[in-house]
Amino acid sequence: MSRMWRKYLITGLAASLAVTTPACAFIAYVSNEKSNTVSVIDTDSWTVTDTIKVGQRPRGIEFTRDGKFVMVAVGDDDTIDVIDAAKKQVVDSLPSGPDPELFAQDAAGKTLYVANENDNTVTVIDIDKRARLGDIQVGVEPEGMAVSPDGKILINTSETTSMAHFIDTATRQIVANVLVDSRPRFAEFKRDGSELWVSSEIGGTVSIIDPARHVVTGKIEFSIPGLRREAIQPVGIGMTKDGKTAFVALGPANRIAVVDATTHTVTKYLLVGQRVWHMAFTPDEKYLLTTNGVSNDVSVIDVAAQKVIKTIQVGELPWGITIAP
Amino acid sequence: MVRWFAGAIVLGVLVQTPAAGALEISIGYLHRPGIKSTLSLLAQPTEDAGVAGARLAIEDNNTTGKFLNQQFSLAEVKLKDGDDAAQAAVKLADKSGFIIADLPADELVKAADALRDRGAVLVNAGATDDSLREQDCRANVIHVAPTRSMLADALAQYLVWKQWKRWLLVVGSHEKDKLFADALRRAATRFGAKIVQERTFEDTGGARRTDSGVTLIQRQMPVFTQQAPAYDVLIAADESEVFASYLPYRTWEARPVAGSAGLVPTSWDAAHDQWGAVQLQNRFVKMASRRMTALDMQAWTAARMIGEAAARTNSADPKTLFDFIKGAEFSVAAFKGQPLTLRDWNLQLRQPILLADGRMVVSVSPQEGFLHQVSELDTLGVDRPETKCKLH
Repeated sequence: MSRMWRKYLITGLAASLAVTTPACAFIAYVSNEKSNTVSVIDTDSWTVTDTIKVGQRPRGIEFTRDGKFVMVAVGDDDTIDVIDAAKKQVVDSLPSGPDPELFAQDAAGKTLYVANENDNTVTVIDIDKRARLGDIQVGVEPEGMAVSPDGKILINTSETTSMAHFIDTATRQIVANVLVDSRPRFAEFKRDGSELWVSSEIGGTVSIIDPARHVVTGKIEFSIPGLRREAIQPVGIGMTKDGKTAFVALGPANRIAVVDATTHTVTKYLLVGQRVWHMAFTPDEKYLLTTNGVSNDVSVIDVAAQKVIKTIQVGELPWGITIAP
Repeated sequence: MVRWFAGAIVLGVLVQTPAAGALEISIGYLHRPGIKSTLSLLAQPTEDAGVAGARLAIEDNNTTGKFLNQQFSLAEVKLKDGDDAAQAAVKLADKSGFIIADLPADELVKAADALRDRGAVLVNAGATDDSLREQDCRANVIHVAPTRSMLADALAQYLVWKQWKRWLLVVGSHEKDKLFADALRRAATRFGAKIVQERTFEDTGGARRTDSGVTLIQRQMPVFTQQAPAYDVLIAADESEVFASYLPYRTWEARPVAGSAGLVPTSWDAAHDQWGAVQLQNRFVKMASRRMTALDMQAWTAARMIGEAAARTNSADPKTLFDFIKGAEFSVAAFKGQPLTLRDWNLQLRQPILLADGRMVVSVSPQEGFLHQVSELDTLGVDRPETKCKLH
């Protein structure tokens, strides 16, 4: 035990020396799709401190709003595992539909909306009661999920239908459908609710949607010298709280695009690991962590410097990531 | 489980009662289901081979269609012995602007010519003949099935990457076996493999199923493959299902088998689970109560291409849809890890090819390092500078 503490202290010290402005320690949870585990990363030492066994094929992962639990969709077990962040083990599960992949929760952290890839539905779950409240029929292979900042609209993207479905959270009825490019995988609102961004993996674009008018107002395209167009497959999106800068994971292009979120132009491409999927900011927005599926690691990006500063080995095929609030 | 059924019922009701004024799109499906006898009982085609894939795509199109007020249906015609494919196609074209066809090459060309003045389009889901994309190409035929040369190139790239470059080629005695052998010879030349010797396996007739078959085959195959020059892999060209599946584990030398048995290049395999494919596999098994074959996938892709064009153009007009499919904006997602597009010079769908061993997908071609100035998918099959096709 004492040796372990010493190791922590030394690596912690080394990290704080290396980084000019030492950050507060945050905890990141990474789902490893192939290993059936979740890696816990300490953002002070940038090391994996724990590996938690979960169900089969963990992908979508998110902290509860109170920071006490981590929910992880384990698709091949048709459920969502609930990890107690203090005990670092699975303590419960939530009743999703078959093959849950991604989910979103409301601002209060009471209601969870789950995309079930296998049966064209979104499941609504009461997080505290661990009870299913209902299902919403959507398009083929639902995946991306987002709740609007005002909580009134839930977005679901369906991959084979190539749409963003706008669902009224009060009535649970679809109120609008917006066609985007092929295989939409992820949806993200600007904090002020003025724009909805949807990434299309096969289409190779990010659609900018006006959430009030339900129309695509622009598209972000990516081009990287030396890479063929087919290799550019946008997936995860991260946006700073001020809505000025966005980061888009480009899958097998092995890069994160830095986008000026006001002008919608790409300003830089950051080389990360192979097949980059998703990302999460530290709460202070100093760092952005990305999951690199094929290279089995997590890249750490210094947000202000727009530079990759570190790579951390995790389990096999890391997919989702969440950081404690 | 109960909830799944409830969901299906809700969906069914929604799909069957489209709102007034829905765009209605009928897709034809023309095939000649025959009782083809395969060496392996597992490969025996079912009565719904291919058409089941089209049916699933119609369901998928309708799930999307309910949000766009579009309604798709499938008009299936099964040809019997003596039925004329061209006549049947013309009749189908009365209500279907697109007809998915699973027909032999000669019948496909006749049907295409019969449809030319009617503005109907054939979508070739079954025939792999290169001639249909080359000297016999037609401006009203889209090809979703890969060609023999695409399949052979996909296999060759992998074998060359694996450094198995010395091939013993065994060719069946039927015409289509020889066509596949032509494609394999071309692939060997393109990618630097060497065919050390060729042998012909004569089809002398005989039943594919006998009670003491294994004993006999075990004596025949080692003898047939002995005294060959040194080779790395035996390649069998046997589309006729006469001998290829008898070769693995029975060659004189301990060598792997590829081509028509062993490691087989194919557009789809029931074991393929990458790039979201498992969702499609699950939907298919639920609907058809069997696993999805390459022909099913080719038919699914054909019907999805039409659905995709309808969604993007918000039109049911066949000409509008066909123009869109031929245009630069078109691509279709088909669980192959990248968008699939059409080669504009012969309307062949570009696609990655899986290499499957009957249990698993071993690899997917094009292999890394085979480069191309337009699309790496064009390293598979006959490329633009070599084409003999002139679309009118």
